[in-house]
Amino acid sequence: MFYPLAGKLIPWFAVAAAMLTIIGMYVGFFMAPTDAQQGEGYRIIFLHVPVSWMSMFIYLVMAFWAAIGLAFNNRLAAMMASALAPTGAMFTFLSLWTGALWGKPMWGTWWVWDARLTSELILLFLYIGFMALQSAVDEPRRADKAGAVLALVGVVNIPIIYFSVQWWNTLHQGASVSLTQAPSMAALMLIGMLLMALASWMYTVAIVLMRVRCIILEREQHAGWLDELKEVKQ
Amino acid sequence: MNWTSPAEFFAMGGYGQYVWGSFGVALVVLCAEWLLLRQRRQAALSQVKRQLILREEESR
Repeated sequence: MFYPLAGKLIPWFAVAAAMLTIIGMYVGFFMAPTDAQQGEGYRIIFLHVPVSWMSMFIYLVMAFWAAIGLAFNNRLAAMMASALAPTGAMFTFLSLWTGALWGKPMWGTWWVWDARLTSELILLFLYIGFMALQSAVDEPRRADKAGAVLALVGVVNIPIIYFSVQWWNTLHQGASVSLTQAPSMAALMLIGMLLMALASWMYTVAIVLMRVRCIILEREQHAGWLDELKEVKQ
Repeated sequence: MNWTSPAEFFAMGGYGQYVWGSFGVALVVLCAEWLLLRQRRQAALSQVKRQLILREEESR
């Protein structure tokens, strides 16, 4: 049931992601004003912030599905967790990469062992560890359990990343956009950033649904229903 | 923000390499993820088809 439904949803999310990216990039590069201190360099924000948000958010969603998979012994939930990990790792890498490229002109260095940057790097290792662990254990069900435990242990790292800028005096900028107080940003900059964040959500849903369908194809071959799939019969 | 010329746009106020280095790598990484996934899907599908043929032969 899930398989065909996911198949129908993917194109919609993919199109939404593409359109939101185009609009977001247009707002970011053609409407948002030049920044007083950073000139045009600040425009990396339209990529750095969305991918960083996604790197943390995907981990939470992954840990959620891992917990469900573990608690209810649900195969699909566990597959969702496995499907999320690569995209989460990719966004974490992009967060570190765009951060470094933004830091070089503004701070004068690609990398500094700052609380925010270090905890984001740990997040990358958690994702890679999750994927490595899952591929190391040959029996899928045990691999899911092992991965779930690691994912849940790693959840503590997410608040550390998020609040790192407040707990320690970090070189990294504090939260300019927070749920509590009004954002301290120019409106157009904010809109551009939120559009790109929404685009990254749509992309994530599309790519993860695609990957979970692959995992289903790989794992459920013993189940008979795969044979009736039209793409199999062709 | 109106750019007077494409050259100025790509110069990005002197930060061109950093801005386009970020967006360029992001584009490459996203496309790579999508292409790898398509390959994975083709492989998975062909494997299912092989299993199907095997089972049909066994049942004959």
